[in-house]
Amino acid sequence: MGSLQLQSIRKSFGNQDVLKGIDLDVKDGEFVIFVGPSGCGKSTLLRVIAGLEDASYGTVRIDGKEVSAVPPAKRGIAMVFQSYALYPHLTVKDNMGLGLKQAGESKAVIDQRVAKASAMLSLDPYLARRPSEMSGGQRQRVAIGRAIVREPKLFLFDEPLSNLDAALRVQTRLEIAGLHRRLKATMIYVTHDQVEAMTLADKIVVLNAGQVEQVGSPMDLYNKPANLFVAGFIGSPQMNFIAAEKLGQSGAKTIGIRPEHIALSREAGDWTGKVIHVEHLGADTIVYLETETTGLLTVRLFGEHAYAPDDIVYAAPDTASMHRFDAEGRAIS
Amino acid sequence: MSNARTAPVRTALIHLALLSYTVIALFPVFLTVVNSFKSRAAIFREPMAVPTPATFSLIGYETVLKQGDFLGYFQNSMIVTIASIALVLLFGAMAAFALSEYRFRGNLLMGLYLALGIMIPIRLGTVAILQGMVATGLVNTRTALVLVYTAQGLPLAIFILSEFMRTVSDDLKNAGRIDGLSEYSIFFRLVLPLVRPAMATVAVFTMIPIWNDLWFPLILAPGEATKTVTLGAQMFIGQYVTNWNAVLAALSLAIMPVMILYVIFSRQLIRGITAGAVK
Repeated sequence: MGSLQLQSIRKSFGNQDVLKGIDLDVKDGEFVIFVGPSGCGKSTLLRVIAGLEDASYGTVRIDGKEVSAVPPAKRGIAMVFQSYALYPHLTVKDNMGLGLKQAGESKAVIDQRVAKASAMLSLDPYLARRPSEMSGGQRQRVAIGRAIVREPKLFLFDEPLSNLDAALRVQTRLEIAGLHRRLKATMIYVTHDQVEAMTLADKIVVLNAGQVEQVGSPMDLYNKPANLFVAGFIGSPQMNFIAAEKLGQSGAKTIGIRPEHIALSREAGDWTGKVIHVEHLGADTIVYLETETTGLLTVRLFGEHAYAPDDIVYAAPDTASMHRFDAEGRAIS
Repeated sequence: MSNARTAPVRTALIHLALLSYTVIALFPVFLTVVNSFKSRAAIFREPMAVPTPATFSLIGYETVLKQGDFLGYFQNSMIVTIASIALVLLFGAMAAFALSEYRFRGNLLMGLYLALGIMIPIRLGTVAILQGMVATGLVNTRTALVLVYTAQGLPLAIFILSEFMRTVSDDLKNAGRIDGLSEYSIFFRLVLPLVRPAMATVAVFTMIPIWNDLWFPLILAPGEATKTVTLGAQMFIGQYVTNWNAVLAALSLAIMPVMILYVIFSRQLIRGITAGAVK
């Protein structure tokens, strides 16, 4: 169906290296997410896979076939864009069918595939409408429908949920997850939102400054981050980083501890600190405290807790869940 | 009508400014049209007066229609103007698309080179242009005028259109590429409809100087068969005697087609961009 291999992909714009040698293997049917801060090259990488940008160096193989000289339309891919990118002058039906029409498919085939996709996304009532007559969520469903109709080897999603509001984002996220289960297609998805990455992916590729920091399943990245960058990027609120010497630990430069792995109490604990700010989220309570040993510390407590600023509290880290990093920022196992 | 966002005094001042500008802009047109319906004596006696039954006269229009082939002049003007606009829009839009869409070596230099014409008037090259037209045997043809006007209109067209084309979403063009549209289809079917208001602007800016031009018709195509309206009207202006009735009538008639074209384009100008392509 659809596998993808990237081999030392490099891309420079002028003197600026945007991608600095990316190697990646995506197996058939996998849901792979590229995640990273803005400007890390994730969208450029997706465009290179799509053929919308030429790589400066390296090879892209789709289904084992080198595609460097194949135009985007012939690569067997479909792409969903952040800004929907629907054709404003065409109806929903024609928007979805255009790719097949250009490929010379018969009208019967187009109609049948459009009908199937629109049923899957409950777009039937809107088929005769134009994009301007639809809401953002509906437009994005049309864009996804346009991708499904092509029956591609590879689905490429470029931050498809960024323009939607929070409620719609969760709903569309579920729809995309359901789609992946049903179609069993290979999907590559770019986002800067780590929640999307953690919830959807089989495999996450963390990118930073044009390089792959770590590849792994969501839980791998959470439990065994390979370096400081991944440790800080995955997980919300961010992991606490403490200089090892402050804790009197040797053999490491930095100690990382996630906010959810610290217990608070009013009686006793390893570190004494003063509460600076508290965020009550209902299910969680996030406490920011300043301790003498560690500096600013974020603690995430489950459920509701009645801490208030200026309270004196004691924090106790779960030592088994501590992460240790060396001077170069690499994790020490 | 007063609401939170408009102060009455401010609105009044704005309208005053707009109204006075309208009066200033329309005054010469008004004077031309009004006097074209008056007898010669009335024009000189009271240039500002509206025609009354006593002073009303169609002598100017009669002269214009009898003397010379005015219908032919109109036709020449229309053909030259419309052909030039069409070519300016087509080539201007294509060049603008190339400049804004593709990264290639010398892109910026090419853009500057193409914009140079905005700053250097094409009339400086009249002698060379005339020599070229003579050499190619194009003197006294409408083609000569169309070529010159196309060259004259392109720099501004490219400048304006390339700015607008940069605003067309990259995602939309990329979606087209993935769906297998050729670069030409992307240009004609996706990009052009979205920059239609800019095209209308360019058309208006291009059209008016061409229609009103006297210089190039006089130099490149003064023959009877290729005379344009502006040039045709000149035959009533003599060194010693000027037939004002005829001149004003000719000019009044000349305003009409350009007004019609303007109305067509300005509707496009006002109509919003097709919404819904991107958020």
